[in-house]
Amino acid sequence: MRAARAGDEAAYRRFLAEAAPLARAAARAALARAGRGNAEVEDIVQETLLAIHLKRDTWSEDRPIGPWLNAIARYKLIDALRRRGARDAVPIDDLIDALPAPQGEPHADADVRRLVDRLPERSRRIVLAMSIEGRAAAEVGRELEMSEGAVRVALHRALKQLAELYRKADDAH
Amino acid sequence: MRTDDLIAALAADPPQAARPLSGRALMALAPAAALIGLMFLILVGVRHDIALPSAAVATGLKMGVAALAAGGGLALALRLSAPGARPGAAALPLAAALAALALWIAWEFAALGPAGWPRRLIGTNAVYCLTLIPLMALVPLAALLAALRAGAPERPARAGAFAGLAAAGVAAAVYATHCTDDSPLFVLAWYSLAALAVSGLGALLAARLLRW
Repeated sequence: MRAARAGDEAAYRRFLAEAAPLARAAARAALARAGRGNAEVEDIVQETLLAIHLKRDTWSEDRPIGPWLNAIARYKLIDALRRRGARDAVPIDDLIDALPAPQGEPHADADVRRLVDRLPERSRRIVLAMSIEGRAAAEVGRELEMSEGAVRVALHRALKQLAELYRKADDAH
Repeated sequence: MRTDDLIAALAADPPQAARPLSGRALMALAPAAALIGLMFLILVGVRHDIALPSAAVATGLKMGVAALAAGGGLALALRLSAPGARPGAAALPLAAALAALALWIAWEFAALGPAGWPRRLIGTNAVYCLTLIPLMALVPLAALLAALRAGAPERPARAGAFAGLAAAGVAAAVYATHCTDDSPLFVLAWYSLAALAVSGLGALLAARLLRW
């Protein structure tokens, strides 16, 4: 994280890639305790990663990063369970042992919720180009006739909108 | 979008040279304090007997306690806006404000004795105090909550309550220049009640505004 702050993109990517399984394990355990399936796990992981990213300035370098990460994961988990809880809060605690064990990562590769599709057209294209297609800001900028800096600003804004969509996704139901 | 793709997008969003939260909060609070201070001077004005040493000392003490409470509220609101942080040393200024008020009360009892304490506690301008402090506190409270949106409080309402205390402290320090009720018992009763109201409002607003 310290390296990421200095602008080391590869280090930041590694950091996020290590944070994801932690968030996934926590989400899976909590959903199991709540008697819910694994369908929401990847949603919660992505929402947690977005929060880590957008709130990264709240970590100060003189403090250990573990408690900071845990607190963010916990907050997002509680938030997600509370929001989604109202819909299917069936008390099946007693049945938990009788339910089939969760299978693998059913949704890890799927588009869990196509929230990206709800972004405005240009934001969506920038996010997809720089994530799934893994292209550089300069290249995306040439294509969209924007400066590289403008692409980065638009990406940041799009990620904020995406986090907002995650937070509101379940209120809409 | 797969999680790995999201990570790629996040990594492509470079770090920004953001001002630390404490800087943002102070930059929000300073103009708010200046604004209500100026409005207050124009519309209400400083107490007329400010030239008397006893009035000046009491005013200074009230402002000091209020400023300590403001600093204490701000320190805690900032600390609690970072995930995984414990209050720790950030609770010290608030403890100092309470200790200072307690000492002042003890000193007054030693000097004047217990006779007439209910009259000093009730004072003469309680309604004015209870109206003006919360009213003025709205400005710094709004500024502070706006700044704290960059934070990530685990319990938004709790952070908002301390933001409310900070705002009330600023407003109380301004109001103290006018207030002629010079007993610390009055401060304990009415300033605290006003601060409690603003604190509650801060918690209520933050529960909505500071979610992230």
